[in-house]
Amino acid sequence: METTETHRAIEAVWRIESARLIAGLTRIVRDVGRAEELAQDALVAALEQWPKSGIPENPGAWLMATAKHRAIDYFRRDALIDRKHEDLGREMAEREMQVPDLAAAMDDTIGDDLLRLVFIACHPVLSTEARVALTLRLLGGLTTDEIARAFLSVEATVAQRIVRAKRTLSDAHVPFEVPRGTEFTARLASVLQVIYLIFNEGYSATAGDDWMRPTLCEEALRLGRILAGLVPNEPEVHGLVALMEIQASRSKARVNAAGEPVLLLDQDRSQWDRLLIGRGLAALRRVEQLGGMRSTYAIQAAIAACHARAATGEETDWSRIAELYADLAAIAPSPVVELNRAVAVGMASGPAAGLELVDRLVDEPALRGYHLLPSVRGDFLKKLGRLEEARTEFERAAAITQNVRERNLLLDRARSCTNDRA
Amino acid sequence: MKFLSIYKTVERSTPPTPEEMAAMGKLIEEGMKKGWLLGTEGCLPTKLGTKVRRSGDKISVTDGPFTEAKEVVGGFALLKANSKEEAIQLAKDFLKVAGEGECELRQIYEANQPNQTSCVEAEAVALKR
Repeated sequence: METTETHRAIEAVWRIESARLIAGLTRIVRDVGRAEELAQDALVAALEQWPKSGIPENPGAWLMATAKHRAIDYFRRDALIDRKHEDLGREMAEREMQVPDLAAAMDDTIGDDLLRLVFIACHPVLSTEARVALTLRLLGGLTTDEIARAFLSVEATVAQRIVRAKRTLSDAHVPFEVPRGTEFTARLASVLQVIYLIFNEGYSATAGDDWMRPTLCEEALRLGRILAGLVPNEPEVHGLVALMEIQASRSKARVNAAGEPVLLLDQDRSQWDRLLIGRGLAALRRVEQLGGMRSTYAIQAAIAACHARAATGEETDWSRIAELYADLAAIAPSPVVELNRAVAVGMASGPAAGLELVDRLVDEPALRGYHLLPSVRGDFLKKLGRLEEARTEFERAAAITQNVRERNLLLDRARSCTNDRA
Repeated sequence: MKFLSIYKTVERSTPPTPEEMAAMGKLIEEGMKKGWLLGTEGCLPTKLGTKVRRSGDKISVTDGPFTEAKEVVGGFALLKANSKEEAIQLAKDFLKVAGEGECELRQIYEANQPNQTSCVEAEAVALKR
């Protein structure tokens, strides 16, 4: 096999196996940083040996066995050996002799190890940026360069952030375990937040390397699905997965050939990914079975599902969406939620009802400078035939927005108010 | 959901009794263990406090005690609850131990609130081609 081809194969194996490798090694050496180094050593060994020997039948097991041999060496050779390490080294060597297929023995606990690794990477002692970087590094197998490109950062900054995060975890003696009881719920929320942050970074294409952004979405989806498999009875996880699946299903339709964004109601729905929608709806059904619809992710997923189920924009069940936004406002009230609820109500019950809700938001400080507030008001006013007021609102919105394309569109709408009147 | 609970009460001149401290200690321990209490502190008398106020460009500093106020802040707690109702119940339980006064409950802004990427209806309708 060609060397470059082998390298490409190694890269693929690494993406799939590195998280399991690091997770298994962390359980043995009790230090995420050390575990990652050992896993990297194994990768280097593979890069040296596989082009000559060919790719082993079970590459993951090969990497794990190699890394564990290094771990034993590390315990034995460490100049400052203490009793504990010596014991650990001996124990490991003994186990190695007793269990002929170590990889198989590892597999029993691999799921638990992965879950522990997720919880360590998203630990609250770390800053949010550090959690994101560490999660992508340890669980996504992304290089620091890839992470830096995705977040418009410098590689050195990301590298330093990761080093510091590992040191923080080590200094804080963060145990390699899955938290229990009420702590589990709080810590799970942190994990979900990190995953959704990664997804959004990729999805809201405001900036960044075009090539890395889809990777972030895929990575977040993959992590979400893995997590859902590890904790299958946690409705919030399925809620987040459903939300990400359905949002991701629109990826292709969200941008036109010229690279400009296409908004939800203007999208060509035949381009929506039916497979992802199916997975999203299935995840949402799971949330319902588990009785977990009272979570922000699940409700947002249910809203996205309303659009996914409608074959055309006209068929959208706006009254259901209005209800769901009311549910969302009850558990996570925010002016943005209220604005979207107003739109749904306006679409379901007519512009007058929508305008009444929007009018309550005009003094909202959080929406000051938010172009969509006057845009929505303008839309309702226009539908009510109050064209002069509508024009003023569209012009106001055009003056606020930073986006040239949106400004042109809003000025068009403002002009159409004058034309209609004439 | 997280709530800030600000406890306000008529200021008294005596420190809490050992029994009161023990009862509050028990509640705090239970809250920390069960996870609904994220943090809490109690305040020293207002004679040790100061009010720093900006009005226009002028900043004034007034030392305590805050004799003009009927009720003063006695302490705060950061609560974790699944609903506002749950937070209200926690405040009621707290007041049973703390005594007379009120808890002002304020929901805390959290970063994982619905964002503009998922709430797209306003944009889709108002900016429709």
